[in-house]
Amino acid sequence: MNAMVLLLLGLAGLAGGFFLYSKFIAERILKLSADFKTPAHEFEDGIDFVPTNKYVLWGHHFTSVAGAAPIVGPAIAVIWGWLPAFIWVIVGTIFLAGVHDMSAIWASVRNKGQSIASIAGKVLSPKARSLMMVVVFLLLLMVNAAFAVVIANMMVATPSAVVPVWGALVVAFIIGQAIYKYKLNLPVVSLVGVVALYLLILIGPSVPISLPDSVFGMTPHTTWIIILFTYAAIASMLPVWMLLQPRDYINGLQLFIGLGLLYFSFIVVAPDVVAPMFNTNTPEGTPSLVPLLFVTIACGAISGFHGLVSTGTTSKQLNNEKDARFVGYFGSVGEGLLALAAILAATAGFATLADWEAMYSGFGKGGVAAFVQGGGAIMSEGIGISPELSATVLTVMAALFAGTTMDTGVRLQRYIFQEWGDIYNLNVLKKGWVATLFAVGACLLLAFGAGGMDGRGGMIIWPLFGTTNQLMAGLTLLIVTVMLMRQKSAIRYTLIPLIFLLSVTFVALLIQLVDFYNKSNWLLIIMDLIILGATILVTLEGISVLKREWKKNAPQI
Amino acid sequence: MHPKFKAFLEGLDEFYHAPYRRTLTAAYRDENDVFMLMVFAEQLGVPNPVSFYTMELLPFMLEEFHEWHLRMGMEKSPLGHFGCC
Repeated sequence: MNAMVLLLLGLAGLAGGFFLYSKFIAERILKLSADFKTPAHEFEDGIDFVPTNKYVLWGHHFTSVAGAAPIVGPAIAVIWGWLPAFIWVIVGTIFLAGVHDMSAIWASVRNKGQSIASIAGKVLSPKARSLMMVVVFLLLLMVNAAFAVVIANMMVATPSAVVPVWGALVVAFIIGQAIYKYKLNLPVVSLVGVVALYLLILIGPSVPISLPDSVFGMTPHTTWIIILFTYAAIASMLPVWMLLQPRDYINGLQLFIGLGLLYFSFIVVAPDVVAPMFNTNTPEGTPSLVPLLFVTIACGAISGFHGLVSTGTTSKQLNNEKDARFVGYFGSVGEGLLALAAILAATAGFATLADWEAMYSGFGKGGVAAFVQGGGAIMSEGIGISPELSATVLTVMAALFAGTTMDTGVRLQRYIFQEWGDIYNLNVLKKGWVATLFAVGACLLLAFGAGGMDGRGGMIIWPLFGTTNQLMAGLTLLIVTVMLMRQKSAIRYTLIPLIFLLSVTFVALLIQLVDFYNKSNWLLIIMDLIILGATILVTLEGISVLKREWKKNAPQI
Repeated sequence: MHPKFKAFLEGLDEFYHAPYRRTLTAAYRDENDVFMLMVFAEQLGVPNPVSFYTMELLPFMLEEFHEWHLRMGMEKSPLGHFGCC
């Protein structure tokens, strides 16, 4: 099978989803109306609520939701063969992710632009709100731990990327100074910044940096993880204009360039997919495809994390309610494209099946490494650069993504700890640096506790992260379903995905629980049980709310 | 300049500033609130060694005064001789 066939099929599917299905959902089910006064207009304040051009808003939404997760998930999941991952990404994006993101924006727009947790409190019950806070906290914890491990693996696997990845921080820092201190012209600064970033990538292969095998008795993986969290702690305490803001910005620009280069290379090279359609020869210890596929690929098919972005900033800037379709649904399509690129790179970028099987020697082994190696091979042929350089380009792309997500994640976790300090009157916890220490400490505990002190086993929590993400998506879909019931629209388009997500999450958690028990990993058993408890509570909450609403307004199914 | 290009540049600007507008405005406002406290210290009964200088600033701050005292949790103007609400 040629990768071009997959690419075209995927693009056709996503295009169909956007032009037909999203139109149907927007007009017939959500009933988006151009006459509805959006919060951006109703509460316009020039700060939070600002009516924004839909293309700019899409750019924000897309770059905020797209991270390393749609690369890591699919690149792990192709271990079952390319077909299951491909189908789940395309079908998931069309029928689940797009609808989820678009309707999350709509739900927030119809509730004064409030965040998903507040809407849960209002539409469902105060209990649902507390439940949501717990789920969000777990989600952040696992994102930070998993991404630290992902970056550490990349730093060890691709020493040529060390200089550009950390150099990008310096570039971002200078951009921040140039914009805020010296008020230089943004387009010029951006151009210089992007050129500087790519120059760093260019010199990366000539100055590879590998850590010694033992630093104070720690492996390179462990050392990198500690360096990363030290950095994240510092970065999360600096004023945002200094590092986070320019870093997000340059990352956003780089995403479009990287994605463009990758797709261009696919088209030029048109490689053959060497991985099997269904892998009948999966390595020992690979869990069953159903339901693990549906939690291994979360972002890229459907992700609850998007609900946070959709109802956090996006809904407050929506100029016209009808724009929710373009911003939300097309934002998911963008992420689906990233996931599709990851699948193609991880299945078509290898010379022979034996090479591919060597990479996927165990569950959780492929991942970003497969994306970088496979994608690197294709890109090197496509634009005629050395394989080492193209691997550096992709590593930098993935590492910067994971890095920005970590910065923001640690910052948000710090806020949560500070809020708890406020609620429970623990003055110590209210201090920024104490809360940051707690946040980073919790993540380190998980990163090492889950995968052992050598720092290599952290990817074991990836599917667990997926389950939390799907649980979050389920909660959002529950809210939307109740709102649709109240406006007497058909509810099957959100109810079926909701039931599906809760079922796969539940079964996946049980399967993983047995697995963790066999490995006697008590930390993960506890995490698993907490998430399982949350899933059961969400399901019960859902049943009780739907029953209550059913009596009031008998719905159309 | 071509209007399309201009729109692109404006979009780029938004792309940089919009995500952090809230955080930055809040940080700026916090700083400003402390400054307001210094300017109005003497009027609120807190001795201020530099009130001779801050007095001159009063007229410039009056417009923001109402929002400031609301933000500080005082429903009515704390100054007896000056009622803004």
